[in-house]
Formats: sequence, structure tokens, C-alpha cells
Amino acid sequence: MSFDLSLIVETVPKMLAGVGLTFQLLGLSAFLGLILAIVLLLMRISGKWYLDWPAQLYIYVFRGTPILVQIFIIYYGFPQLEFIRESVLWPIFRDPFGCAVVALSLNTGAYVSEILRGGVLGVDRGVLEAGEALGLSTTQRFIYLTTPIATRLALPAYGNDIISLLKSTALASTITLMDMTGIARTIVAQTYAPYEIFISLAIIYMILTFFLQKFISLIEAYLGRYTKRES
Amino acid sequence: MISPQPLIRMQNVGKHFGTFQALKGINLDVIKGERIVVCGPSGSGKSTMIRCINRLEKHDEGRILIGDTELTDQIKDLNAVRREIGMVFQSFNLFPHMTILNNLMLAQKLVRKTPKAKARDIAMRYLERVKIPEQADKYPVQLSGGQQQRVAIARALCMKPEVMLFDEPTSALDPEMINEVLEVMVDLAREGMTMICVTHEMGFARSVADRVIFMDAGEIVEEADPETFFKTPQHERTKLFLSQILSH
Repeated sequence: MSFDLSLIVETVPKMLAGVGLTFQLLGLSAFLGLILAIVLLLMRISGKWYLDWPAQLYIYVFRGTPILVQIFIIYYGFPQLEFIRESVLWPIFRDPFGCAVVALSLNTGAYVSEILRGGVLGVDRGVLEAGEALGLSTTQRFIYLTTPIATRLALPAYGNDIISLLKSTALASTITLMDMTGIARTIVAQTYAPYEIFISLAIIYMILTFFLQKFISLIEAYLGRYTKRES
Repeated sequence: MISPQPLIRMQNVGKHFGTFQALKGINLDVIKGERIVVCGPSGSGKSTMIRCINRLEKHDEGRILIGDTELTDQIKDLNAVRREIGMVFQSFNLFPHMTILNNLMLAQKLVRKTPKAKARDIAMRYLERVKIPEQADKYPVQLSGGQQQRVAIARALCMKPEVMLFDEPTSALDPEMINEVLEVMVDLAREGMTMICVTHEMGFARSVADRVIFMDAGEIVEEADPETFFKTPQHERTKLFLSQILSH
């Protein structure tokens, strides 16, 4: 089979036109997902069953179902419901971009809350006891001790989730969004050259992942500065 | 003359972990300026006893009074009691993500509401007392164990506590670092700090303790001044313990 290089040169810039949308999906979903994750985390560690159980159920549902199915339920399912069409949220659910951001945020929030919980559980008990012995309140210990230490502990796994989220944004193309994958699929439909186009697309995602990974490593190095023996 | 009101009063204190009884009928009064060394075999309840004093553990029998305040679940401001009780742990427990200076300033700012500049002055003063002011801007991991433990002592002292509790402060240290920590503790004792030290450093007990307490199986077995305690221990368990730790 032949490999048409000129086709790649011609189509890569077109696909890159969708990188903005890909990053909007990533940035918004990561941000909203993180806020949701923190709320879920606080519910999980509140020690109160009526907060903990709903959070656990939520996490179970969103980790237990494919993200593609979640996107479809929100995009195709919600408009069937009259109270959603009449609610103030309708502008969000009417718009495929809104649906994609909501689905990605709800999904990543469930995963990230468990990642953060791992970080919180990893904080040395002795360090918290030292804070307790000095008279720091529960809230002060959480803000000044648990949060910074847990953030560092959770960051490698969190970075992993963000990279995974970058790839999940490609699913938005299934509900008509013209992100990089959406554009690629359109080009394939026109040119019947899936091989060249999708390989190029894969390489673009790999390059983006490379930079994202570098960025995460920089934050990791900064947050981990106090773990190095040499100053 | 009426004897002074004890700073710490433990009356018939008991503590269970599940079905295991960690403390049984502990009676102990500590007056201001008193220096007490607690020793005993592993699992004898020494750490549990001093951890009950600042309520890192909750006792489930008897009463504990700190000054006039009884430690109960209803206590209104536990943190107000805790800031008067300094504690030094076996594993140092410095805040790993903060510089040494910030380790010493955090509770001053949050609990004592000391202004930042003043908190810094106090922190530097205590770092000088433990002889490591030059480490102020380093992180705990960059210090040796002995230095970390001296920082931990300074951190507790910054709160100007009424009492200092030491929970095996030298047990996690390499032998060559034990003395630098003991020197700081001896200085503190000489200045009149009220201290309760769980330790197996019998030299320290001999030179500074007013009383040595020997615990076994959750009980106080023997209690005496160091002279009597080491020369003429009364109980078999004490004799056995002393023969084991003093023979090497």
C-alpha cells in the first residue's frame, strides 16, 4: 500500500485548527473536575455517613460506566427530559460542547477524588499529631499540613489522569464537535485515507502529551523540592 | 504549708485498645518545675501515658486534670490546653514541606496569633538555643536526625509551654547524635522546665530527674528518686529491667 506524504502535509494544519477546542475541553473539564473532586473528597473524609455514602455511590457510578456512554446519555438523553429543557441549564445541555464538558468533568471528578484521597491517606500520621500537639485545629491541620503534603503525593497519579483526560476529549467528536479528532474523521470521510490521517492525528496527540508531561514534571519537581537532601 | 497545686494530675487513669488494657490505675501528680523520667519495657504503656496528657490518646477510665481543666469529651477548647503542653516525638515529626524557620513559626502564628516578625524573632532565638540558627532556611530532610530533633524541641519551646513531654526523643537517633539532643534537654531541665521524659537514657535520669517512674504492663510499678531507684529498687520487675538495660 502507498503512503501519501503530501496528504499529511496538507491535512495536519487542518487538524491542528482543532487543537484549540481540544484544549478548551481539557482545560475546562480538568478545572471543573478538580473542583468536583475536592467536594467529593471532603465528603468522603468528613466521617459523616450521609456525606460519605452519596460520594461513594457517585464515584462508583461514574467509574463503573464508560465515558462514551456517559456522553451519550447527557447529549442524547437529557434533551428528552422536559424539566431539563425548561431549566436554566438547558443552554449547556443544548450545546454539544456543554454536554462534552459536563460529561468529562463529572467523569474525571470521580477518578481525581480517589487520587486525592490516596494523597490524604498518605500523609504521615506523626506529622499531623505534631500539629495537634501544638494546638492546631482540625481545619488548620487540613489547610497547612494535609493539603500541601497530599498534593505532592497525589500529583504523579493526578498528572496521569490529566493525560488520560486529554485523550478522552477525542470522544467529543462523537457528538459533532470539531476537535482534532472530529476534523480528522471528516477528512477521512472525504479522502478515504484513514491510515495517513489517523497516524498523523495519533502523533499530534503524542506530541501534546509530551509537553503536558513535561509541564507536570516541572510542577512535581517544584512541589517535591523539600524531598531532596541537597539544596 | 499547703503543697502547690499540681500542674498535671492523673487519677486512676485507665486506657484500653480494644480488649488490650494499655493503662491500669495510673496515679501521677506533677508539680511545676518537676522533672520526671518514665522508663519500662516496650509495650508497658509509657508512651500511651504521656500521650493521654495532651489527649493524643483518650483515656477511658479515671480523670486527668491539666491545671484546673479536666480532659473530657466536653472540653471546650482542647487546643488551648494543648498549646501549653509541648511534645517531642521519637520520629521528630517536623513538617516536611516547610523550612525549619516556618516549622517554628506556624503554630506561633496560627495558635498564639503572634505577629510574623515577632514569631520569627522567637523562632531564631530558640534555634540559637539549640545551636542551629544557620539551618533556618533548610528543609527538615536536609538535616541530620540529631539536628531535626533539636528543631522539634525548639518548635515546641516557641509556644512557651508550661510542660514539655518527651516520647523517647533519642530512640530513633544514631548513637553519635544522642548527646547533642540530651544536652539540650539537660539545659532545659536546669532552667526549671517541667518535664516528663519517656527515655531509656539512664545517665539523663540520674543527672536531672527528680523522680524516676518504672512502668510495666500498663501500671506504675515503682516510683522513686533516682538515687534510690538505681541503687535499691524494690520490685523484682524493676531489678530485672535495670539489669537488662544497664548491663550493656
